[in-house]
Amino acid sequence: MAQDASIDTPAVTDGEGVRRRDFINIAAVSAAGAGAVAIVYPLISQMAPSADVLAESSTEVDIAAVQPGQAIKAVFRKQPVFIRNLTPAEIEAANKVDVSTLRDPQTLKERTKEGHENLLITMGVCTHLGCVPQGAGVGEVKGEFGGYFCPCHGSHYDTAARIRKGPAPKNLHVPEYEIAGTVVKIG
Amino acid sequence: MIRIISILTGLFFAAALLWSLLWDTIQLGKDGLPHTVEKAFVKHDLKKLDLASDGVFGKFDEAQLQRGFAVYQNVCASCHSLKHVSYRSLAALGYNEAEVKAIAAKATINAADPLTGEFKDRPGQPSDKFPPVVYAGAGHPPDLSLITKARHGGAAYVYSLLTGYANQAGYKNHEGKELLKEFPDAKTPDGLHFNPYFANLNIAMAPPLTAEGQVTYSDGTPATVDQMAKDVAAFLVWTAEPELEQRHQTGFVWMGFMLFATVLGYMSYRNIWADKKGH
Amino acid sequence: MSFPWANEYKPSHPLMVWFDQRLPLPRLVYNAVGGGYEVPRNLNYFWNFGFLAGFCLVIQIVTGVILAMHYGGDTSVAFNSTEHIMRDVNWGWMLRYGHANGAAAFFAVVYLHIFRGFYYGSYKAPREMIWLLGVVIFLLMMATAFMGYVLPWGQMSYWAAQVITGLFGSIPLVGDPLKEWLLGGFAPGNATLNRFFSLHFLLPFVILGVVILHIWALHIPGSSNPTGVEVKSESDTVPFYPYYVGKDGWTIGLFMLIYSAFLFFMPNALGHPDNYIPANPMQTPAHIVPEWYFWPFYAILRSFTQNFLIFDAKLLGVLAMFAAILVWFFLPWLDRSPVRSATYRPLYRKFFWVLVIDVLILGYLGGAPAEQPYVLISQLATIYYFLHFLVIVPIVSSIERPDPLPFSITESVLGSDGAAKLEAQG
Repeated sequence: MAQDASIDTPAVTDGEGVRRRDFINIAAVSAAGAGAVAIVYPLISQMAPSADVLAESSTEVDIAAVQPGQAIKAVFRKQPVFIRNLTPAEIEAANKVDVSTLRDPQTLKERTKEGHENLLITMGVCTHLGCVPQGAGVGEVKGEFGGYFCPCHGSHYDTAARIRKGPAPKNLHVPEYEIAGTVVKIG
Repeated sequence: MIRIISILTGLFFAAALLWSLLWDTIQLGKDGLPHTVEKAFVKHDLKKLDLASDGVFGKFDEAQLQRGFAVYQNVCASCHSLKHVSYRSLAALGYNEAEVKAIAAKATINAADPLTGEFKDRPGQPSDKFPPVVYAGAGHPPDLSLITKARHGGAAYVYSLLTGYANQAGYKNHEGKELLKEFPDAKTPDGLHFNPYFANLNIAMAPPLTAEGQVTYSDGTPATVDQMAKDVAAFLVWTAEPELEQRHQTGFVWMGFMLFATVLGYMSYRNIWADKKGH
Repeated sequence: MSFPWANEYKPSHPLMVWFDQRLPLPRLVYNAVGGGYEVPRNLNYFWNFGFLAGFCLVIQIVTGVILAMHYGGDTSVAFNSTEHIMRDVNWGWMLRYGHANGAAAFFAVVYLHIFRGFYYGSYKAPREMIWLLGVVIFLLMMATAFMGYVLPWGQMSYWAAQVITGLFGSIPLVGDPLKEWLLGGFAPGNATLNRFFSLHFLLPFVILGVVILHIWALHIPGSSNPTGVEVKSESDTVPFYPYYVGKDGWTIGLFMLIYSAFLFFMPNALGHPDNYIPANPMQTPAHIVPEWYFWPFYAILRSFTQNFLIFDAKLLGVLAMFAAILVWFFLPWLDRSPVRSATYRPLYRKFFWVLVIDVLILGYLGGAPAEQPYVLISQLATIYYFLHFLVIVPIVSSIERPDPLPFSITESVLGSDGAAKLEAQG
């Protein structure tokens, strides 16, 4: 548009004048463009999570009551988190697996915090298509590998919540968290 | 034809209006201009209040907001809720994360347990909003979150109302007329309180700020009644317009840019028309 | 129509030629707002408000669609979701203040656009259809603005819904059932809010459609101009692009400066504090008034206080309020003067300025409380309003002796010497 404007602008015989006029027209159109871009920014950013949603982006959970062999569910960013206190047998079962045979190779150690190898904290969201796997609640099916089982499309996770069978591509995601005493701060 | 119909219609409306006008004039002749106690005695000239947030460059005074928040918590909060404000937003008053957490934790929030859906009382979290306030007394204390936007005069009204309680006996307006002599029936009923800034002169709220030092300010500012009223008015401007600073700053930059772009646009317009306007 | 000397759309790039042969959309745009639309060269700044009104419509649709992403159309959440937008949504305060002040800006611009039409006789043949469509747009805008005002579900929202639907209740026989049908209940409630939300979303797109018809109708005879003399030769016109794109373009900047000053520094100056109080069906605010852009019509409504003949006062007020706009539909046939522009109509011009002052007075009174002396003054002002359109305009237009018109647009711009010089040059 800027170029057209300068072409249609009546030619002035003085070459200096033409150049100055072109410059002003181009500058005006550029300023209009810059203004439009500035306006578009808030129009796009309004769709990002709002302040009240972001405020719920971390969760604190007291895990004092979770005994070995037990698991609890918590809510983190509107999605379930599984916090599991592994028994020595479950830890052993997880460590026995040859990591190189796994679809998403990770050791239990890599999936837990130093000094808290028994505390497995993962998102309760199947990495296949986002269903909530079973196995954290009392009496729920734990799948063929004693961890979690997603009934939607049949993904089986082991005691370290690693994918072992079924369509899911990845192990259950381990969120960012910190442990302070008996309180876990997720996020 | 259409013009005849139109003229007749016009005359019809004019006649109907003249009819109304006639009767209303007779009525006005009998009654005179409306003369009510509200018209004669409600004070619309609010007390002057200068706040840091006023004007185009206005910014909040964090120390004053914290003092105002202290007044709200110690005085207003027993009757008035603040339900649109969340604890996390108190960070804008200059509190750090731990302080915000501690303030929130003092509140009791009745909320659904995310896992069971059962409603339970729990300590407040920064992501919570101020809880509703159960009030059993007379009147309907309004929620204060938006009060400075919901009243003519805004913060100056809040300040004037809080410091404007007066003794009705012997009260005179700016014309020197004495209220109870002009309107002997307008005596403030028992249980209400006379306040010339309130829309109908009689407010259910007892004077809330009564004694110096009613609230202890941590920054050492003397807590006079006047100071407390100013501070809480400033705080309520923030609760109503938490976006004010961002709005002013964005607006200033944007207006500067638009001024520049408009001047360029005008010069470009003059260019384009250069050969056409030559008289 | 385009004038014989108008530029023709000539795509140079083969891709554009290919495109033009299959879908001549660029050609349409070129002929509508590009180099192919020849416009009188003497338009003054009053001719900018049509373009600005279109710009306002875009602002309202864009901000409105976005606000609808965050708003909840339910009486239990409407007020809170509005506050959620103001406090938590990223830039939500800007979008909402932009939408609220955008409505005011839209009306301000449209009122100036209508003023232009009145003063320069833009409604006269052959442009009656443009005028009629314009009045339709204005009525649709009023309906849209009213329903939008209800959405935040504050005190003024609620009582506006109550009062405006109450107007329909005054219609004999069908009034009460009609009002209940409009509200979906006996008083404004969830059903009302939901349908208003739905219609408030729909109507702007209807307006957009009528705007397109309005512009289409404009392109048949071409734009009017301040002299009211029709285009005669090539020297009377300039192409829309770049001349009027440049002129409209820079006034957008001017408009944005004023609009932004409201948005950023006095966003609530035109609003009413009571709408920041949540709706309370048990208590009416002491002084309810509509937004400022409805004040003249509100004053007309309230000026009928006595039953007259077989008509009761309430019905008369409602009839008069609607008639105040409906008379505009008949204006092209009430004003029979062959001269368009009030510039050359000395007698009409005097009455017209009285009307402008009269409407400003009505506007002031519409915002004032319904008590004396305001009611008496609004009765007088309303009498003039109707007499002006229905009696004075038809009579003046037949008895008036207009001033001499310039021979052509070119002559009015350059003087007769300049026009002759241009003529000589060919």
